[in-house]
Amino acid sequence: MRLDILKALNEERAARRAAIVVTNQDSGAQRLVTAKDVAADPLKSVLEKHLRTAKSGIEETPEGKVFLTVHVPSPKLVITGAVHISQALAPMGQLLGYDVTIVDPRTAFASVERFPDVKVIAEWPDVALPPIGIDRYTAFVALTHDPKIDDPGLTLALKSDCFYIGALGSRKTHARRVVRLKEERGFSDNEIGRIHSPIGLDIGAISPAEIAVAIMGEITARLRQAEPA
Amino acid sequence: MLARDEDILKAAEDWRKAGRGVALATVVETWGSAPRPVGSNLVIDDHGNFLGSVSGGCVEGAVVTEAIDVIESGRPKTLEFGVADEAAWKVGLSCGGTIRVFVEKVE
Repeated sequence: MRLDILKALNEERAARRAAIVVTNQDSGAQRLVTAKDVAADPLKSVLEKHLRTAKSGIEETPEGKVFLTVHVPSPKLVITGAVHISQALAPMGQLLGYDVTIVDPRTAFASVERFPDVKVIAEWPDVALPPIGIDRYTAFVALTHDPKIDDPGLTLALKSDCFYIGALGSRKTHARRVVRLKEERGFSDNEIGRIHSPIGLDIGAISPAEIAVAIMGEITARLRQAEPA
Repeated sequence: MLARDEDILKAAEDWRKAGRGVALATVVETWGSAPRPVGSNLVIDDHGNFLGSVSGGCVEGAVVTEAIDVIESGRPKTLEFGVADEAAWKVGLSCGGTIRVFVEKVE
């Protein structure tokens, strides 16, 4: 690999942008295709498929046999609410390869004792979330039940292109949330439709850990079964 | 600490910039049970230092040896390890799978 390709690749990775290295297996010719340049590339359809599934592999193409090394950023899981479910959800998310951050301004909840190995920020979402950067490789989950904390988080998530948004609460709670997001924050039904609520796959979950399984199952499905852009 | 893929590629860049001879090994194909997925990287320098993995530690030693050759010659190599291969028994890919590893110089 040429050093300039490697350097450009590392820059894309540091900026949390996807990129593919295309290596011709016969000639050894190599190029870097960044996510934004995929649409203009001669191998567009093959590259798009690999980008979507985030899988590297060998493909037969009009250019010959090529090896595609796909680099996508590691996914992030951002949670509002240092609550009981989060105590199960955070380690589960880490096990699945997510960078997990919990945001909760209530310091009694957001303690190191309750979350020994997780990044916990005892701040309001308006302050804590912008520096974290909610991007298309982020899943956002609102778990506090408290509109003062969840609503500003959901607002920032809805304004981003994150791949998953979920909010805890009964159908009644969510109906009230929908009204607030429309009237107080100006979102349309279409935009609010991105929120998964009731949150998680319908597996009859009862305990906090089971609810965490349902949520991570739903997030995994959204990550791995994403529709073509 | 577990080296993540971004650290491995960053190391490849940093090592090269520091003037070391560097090779990058990438798993390009796997058959059957294989410990590391296609796309996994191992970076090697001309003193045999390495970071990352292309298997569960079974064939890294052989890849490092070949990589030092690649750094000297500048010519990429494709290595195959599997149970059908005499060499693989020696270096011991015990999981029963087969992997193909592309080794290239960083230049």
